[in-house]
Amino acid sequence: MAESICRALRDGALEGEHAPALTIMDSIASPFGLHVFSHILFQHLSHILEGKSQSRGLVIVTFSKSHSFYLELLKRKGVNVASSHKWIHILDCYSDPLGWKDRTSNAGNIANLPLNTSLSSTSCKNVRDSDKLFSSIIELGKGLVGQSKVRFSVAIDSVSEMLRYASISSISGLLSDLRSHDQISSLFWLLHSDLHENRITSVLEYISSMVSRIEPIKQSPDGQKGILENMSFLEQNLRKGKFNIRFKRRNGRVRVMCEEFNIEHSGISFTSISSEDGIINHGFLPKVQFNLQLSEKERTDRANVVLPFEHQGNGQPIQIYDGRRSLIERENEEEPISSGNLQPTVDSGKGEIIYFRDSDDEMPDSDEDPDDDLDI
Amino acid sequence: MEHRALNLLDEALGLDDKAKVWPLGGRVVLVEDCVETTGSFVLHQVLKRCLTPQSPSVVVFVAFSQPFSNYDRILRKLGCNLAAQRDNRRFVFIDMLMLQCPDACEDGLVPLYEKIEKVTCGLAKEKATTIFIDDISLLEVAANGSSNNVLDFLHYCLTLTSEHGCSLVALNHEDIYLNTERPTLSLQLEYLADILVKAEPLATGLATDVHGQLTVLNKETWDGQGSSRNRICNFHFKVKENSVEYFYPGSRA
Repeated sequence: MAESICRALRDGALEGEHAPALTIMDSIASPFGLHVFSHILFQHLSHILEGKSQSRGLVIVTFSKSHSFYLELLKRKGVNVASSHKWIHILDCYSDPLGWKDRTSNAGNIANLPLNTSLSSTSCKNVRDSDKLFSSIIELGKGLVGQSKVRFSVAIDSVSEMLRYASISSISGLLSDLRSHDQISSLFWLLHSDLHENRITSVLEYISSMVSRIEPIKQSPDGQKGILENMSFLEQNLRKGKFNIRFKRRNGRVRVMCEEFNIEHSGISFTSISSEDGIINHGFLPKVQFNLQLSEKERTDRANVVLPFEHQGNGQPIQIYDGRRSLIERENEEEPISSGNLQPTVDSGKGEIIYFRDSDDEMPDSDEDPDDDLDI
Repeated sequence: MEHRALNLLDEALGLDDKAKVWPLGGRVVLVEDCVETTGSFVLHQVLKRCLTPQSPSVVVFVAFSQPFSNYDRILRKLGCNLAAQRDNRRFVFIDMLMLQCPDACEDGLVPLYEKIEKVTCGLAKEKATTIFIDDISLLEVAANGSSNNVLDFLHYCLTLTSEHGCSLVALNHEDIYLNTERPTLSLQLEYLADILVKAEPLATGLATDVHGQLTVLNKETWDGQGSSRNRICNFHFKVKENSVEYFYPGSRA
C-alpha cells in the first residue's frame, strides 16, 4: 500500500487539476516519519530515473536534515550521484535558515563541495518569507525540467519546522499554490503531528489528497508512571509500527488502508497486517470484551427459565395461589381449575381476599410497591 | 579509552564502539531529568569522557545553571582537572549565569552561537567540538521565554554537528513541561535527539542503595559504514562521592 502511494505520486496530476499531495504524519510514540519519507523519496526518485513518472525532476526542500544526509541516503541506495544534478536539486533551508551565518564575519566556513561528489543545492537564507520560498522552488524546478510543460515534484522534509518560521495561513497558502501550479506533478511532506494543534494538522490534511499516519503498534497502557513496565511496549514500538493511509478520490470517495512496517537494518519494509488487532473492524458496534447481543441459542435458553415464584409443577397448568385455601385442599374438594383465570365463587360468606389476574400479560410478581396507591 | 573503565552508561551511549575515534561525533544527546532525580551526573560523566587524552573533542560548555568552580570541583573528584584543560584550550567555558540576552529582540542568542561557531571553525580538521548546554530550561529563560528562539539556536548548533561532526549534549528538565497542554519544546528536543537519556526516580520510591534509574534510548544512526539499530536499555544507578555506580535492576540487594 505504500506502493499505491508511490504510484499515485508517480502518475502525477491531470491537466487542469491539483497535483496529488501526501502528508506523512508521525508522533513521538512512533517517530519514523523520516524513514517513511526517505523510503517514498527514494521510490519516487527511482520512478523518475526510470522515466516512468510524470515528473522529470525533484526539488527537495530540506528543513530538518542536512545536505549530507540526502547524499548519504542516495549513495546507500546506489544512485549515481555524479549525474544527479539533472534530476534532483536541494533547496537548503537547513544550513542557515535565518541568515545567522551570513552575519558572522568568518563567512566561507562551509566549503563548497565539488559537484560530482555532492548534490546540487541552493541555500535559502530567509525562510520566513514564504513568497520567496515559493518562487525559489518553482525556479529550481524549472531549472531541472525547463520552461516547457514538463512537470517536476517537490518534497518538503519537515512542515513542522516551516511552521516555526511562518504562520499556518502562509504555509497552507504556499502548499496550495504549489499544488495548483501547472508544472508540479506531485508533492509530499513530513509533519510531526503532536507538535501542532489539531486545527493545524487538519488544515494540512485538507490540502493533501493522501494522508499517511504512522502509529505505534502497541499503545502503552496509561497511568503507569514507571518506565520499566513500558519497556516491552517501547521496545516493540522501536522495531515496527502501523501505517495508516487515507486516499481521497476526486469524486469524494475515501479509502482507508492499514499496513505494518518494520524498521530493519537496511531501512524500512512494509508488510500487510499480520496481527489480529490490526484488522479494521467494520461492524457498527464498538469493540468490547463482552457480547452486547444474545445468540439464538442463548435466547431460547433464556425463554425456558422458570421463574422461582411461578408454579414449578411438572407439566401442570400454572396456577396462582388465590389465598382462599391451599392448592392441595382445593384439588381434593373441587375439580381442578383449568386455567389461571379463576371463576369467582358464589359462596362468599366467609371474609376473603379475592384476587383475579387481569390477564396473562400481567406479571405474576413485580417490583412494584403494592401499597403505592395508598394515600397516607 | 580503556575497556575496564567502561560502565553501563558508556555502553548505552555507544562509547564502546571501537570502530570510531569519537562515537558521539555528529550526534545529539539529550538528558532529561526531573526534580526528584537530577541527571547532571550524566553530563559530568560524558564531559569526563570527552576530555580523556584519547578523545579528539574540544568541549564548549555553555553554563546557565552553575559557575565554573562547581564543575571544576565535581570533575576533580572524578579525576579530571578542568582548569588545566581550560588552559590547554580543550575546555571552553561560556558563563551565562548572569548573562541574560542583552536585548529582547528575537536574535538574542545569536552572539552565543557566534562564540560557539568561532571555536568550532577554528579547530584543526581531526578535532571536533562537543557542545554542552546546562540546561535548556534556563536557556529558555535567557531567551526571554521564547521556545522558538531556543529551537532556532539549537538548530544552528545542529547544523554544526552535520557540517563539522560536532556533538551536542544538553540537559533538560522534563517535569517543567509536563502539565502544559502541548509540551512542544521538550517534544521537539526529543525529535532532535539521537540519544535520549531519561533519569527518573524508582517507581517504588526512595531506597538507600539505589538513587534512581536511567533509561537510554539510542536511536538508529545512518553513517557511511552502515546503520545501528534502535536500542533501549534501563538500569539503576547510585551516585557516590567519586563515581557513579550503574547496575541492572535486581543485581544489587
